[in-house]
Amino acid sequence: MFDTLEPSSLPPEDEALRSRVRALAAAATAARPADVRARSWQGFDADFSRKLGAAGLLGLTLPKAYGGGERGPFARFVVVEELLSAGAPVAAHWIADRQSAPLILNYGTEAQRQFYLPRICRGELFFCIGMSEPGSGSDLASVRTRAERTAGGWRVNGQKIWTTGAMHCDYMIALLRTSGSAEDRHAGLSQLIIDLKAPGITIRPIVDLTGDAHFCEIFFEDVDLPADALIGAEGEGWKQVTAELAFERSGPERIYSSVVLLDAWARHLQHIGRDDPAVRALVGDFTARLATLRAMSIACTARLAAGESPVVEASLVKDLGTAFEQHLPVAIGDDLAAHPDEPVSDELYRTLTYVTHVAPSFSLRGGTREILRGIIARGMGLR
Amino acid sequence: MTDFLDPFERMIAALFSPAAVRAAERGEPDDRAWSELAASGFLDALVPEDAGGAGVSFADIVPLWLVLGRHAVPCPVGETMIARALLAQAGRAAPDGPIAIAAQAPGAAGRVIGAALGRHLLVEWEGNLYLAAVPGEADGGDRELAASVRWDSEAATPVGPIVPGGLRRAAAVLRAALIAGAADRLTTMTAGYANVRIQFGKPIGKQQALQQQLAVMAEDMVAARIAAHIGGAGSFPPALAAAATAKSVASGAAARVAAIAHAVHGAIGISEEYDLQLYTRRLQAWRLADGSESYWNRLLGAERLAAPSGSVDFVRTALAPA
Repeated sequence: MFDTLEPSSLPPEDEALRSRVRALAAAATAARPADVRARSWQGFDADFSRKLGAAGLLGLTLPKAYGGGERGPFARFVVVEELLSAGAPVAAHWIADRQSAPLILNYGTEAQRQFYLPRICRGELFFCIGMSEPGSGSDLASVRTRAERTAGGWRVNGQKIWTTGAMHCDYMIALLRTSGSAEDRHAGLSQLIIDLKAPGITIRPIVDLTGDAHFCEIFFEDVDLPADALIGAEGEGWKQVTAELAFERSGPERIYSSVVLLDAWARHLQHIGRDDPAVRALVGDFTARLATLRAMSIACTARLAAGESPVVEASLVKDLGTAFEQHLPVAIGDDLAAHPDEPVSDELYRTLTYVTHVAPSFSLRGGTREILRGIIARGMGLR
Repeated sequence: MTDFLDPFERMIAALFSPAAVRAAERGEPDDRAWSELAASGFLDALVPEDAGGAGVSFADIVPLWLVLGRHAVPCPVGETMIARALLAQAGRAAPDGPIAIAAQAPGAAGRVIGAALGRHLLVEWEGNLYLAAVPGEADGGDRELAASVRWDSEAATPVGPIVPGGLRRAAAVLRAALIAGAADRLTTMTAGYANVRIQFGKPIGKQQALQQQLAVMAEDMVAARIAAHIGGAGSFPPALAAAATAKSVASGAAARVAAIAHAVHGAIGISEEYDLQLYTRRLQAWRLADGSESYWNRLLGAERLAAPSGSVDFVRTALAPA
């Protein structure tokens, strides 16, 4: 069962990107302590993203005609792996590079491609994704924010929430109801590109339990959009979003959210020289699981590289991966506190605290555990 | 690779039906099955072509071992493949018949999987390999076909040096693949059962609580399979990190997969006459054989802690598929 996930390896020409990414990531993170690097997904640094763009490391999967690298998903895997394991600040370009650009390439008009894609590849345009709403998280079919046809285009009214980084972004690709009602479920949903500077938009950051603010809520009050704001076909929003989520769920980002903490802890153990059987077993367990998850993620990437949309396989990798990411701070916290007489640096303690507090979000973003398991069960012929 | 995989699976399925597996477990192994296996040439799959074997790569052996797990093969087929390859590496002719493998001190009793059916034992001790006869009556043979075995260095034939730990590492990758194969069979059986077993007027597989458990089972199964492939991705015998990763992940998955298979099947899964137990008992035995997850985690953890690199770099360089 699930024989489609086969071991694969990264092509040498994509491996060759590694040293270039590593040098840029090292320069960007040199002065950042581990607890700041642990915020990799949330680290917004437009300057760093522009440097990646200038080095040809954004839009790697896009055609050269739009400023891309004309490479495959494996190239992107190498770049993302290097950025996340270094704890580099990726938030600025993260969503545009991973999801918005492939979406625009696949479903956009030629004019949309020519306008947005080169700018994304240069690290100049940042995107967020408007999916969740109050009362509509995993159940995206119940989206209620409406876009109605006007003489010149579309008028949007409603609200989005839990939108990552919206306060820094230029555009949102939003899943909106363009016909029918929430009772029609997946029918009548469309995706629109919204210029976040348009009149009638209010963005409010939501402060989280760590004191940071990355999520936003966004209010749309009679926001007028041009006709070409629609991306793809009207009413096909659900189908488009489903394909997009396979990109979001299968990558190395579903393994490495806690990896800065893991490395900080390993350095701590090496520094103090604690090397007993119990801690060896814990380190070994983490290492074996990490190696296996990485191989699974590469196997999933190979399906993407083959032009497939491995929705079930990606769900499998994401569920296992986020379980691992969430297990790390629990087990590392237990290990450190099991040795109360051992000195722990403030930096390691702050890193542990940060990752512990945000870890619950790992299995929420991009589809909750229960939804993913439902998708896997469907793949097993149970639904 | 698949050109020999399908014929192998057809042969194994024909030779090792559930009835044949039960007969072997009763101490009535089918000698004809072994002769047919030997005649097929698959026992020399890992032996280089210039030594008269099939010259299949280590990576391509793992799918064959998955097949053995899927059919709960009772004879030490994978063990014999490993033994014949190591004997060929040492320039030695292999004896006929099943060969069990073990890493243990002379004179000390050790529990060896497959020894109840093996005629010979290839054993690793202090960096050397020895070929010993399995005593006519190995103690404590059981339905897992393991037996408590003692070997005598005086009576054994020295084979030659081996990279220390090499035999046990090869055995660990074999166990990981067997676990992954059996887990695959169990996942298919269990999902199939959930689709036909009616309770409260509908198949139990329609219940979300069961669907969630079955999804977890599938995740463990796929992780075990990928880990087994990692074990076979490099040299033979494998490097420590590759073997440890394979056995750690597969052994960790084994008990969970068996538990969910039984939980979904309810009482029928416990009965002797229902085939489920053929695979769940094997899973539990293979989990413990040649080092449990904790054993391999300790070795892998020591190697990781001795490395100056970060975790991703360690995994990438020590464990990336070749």
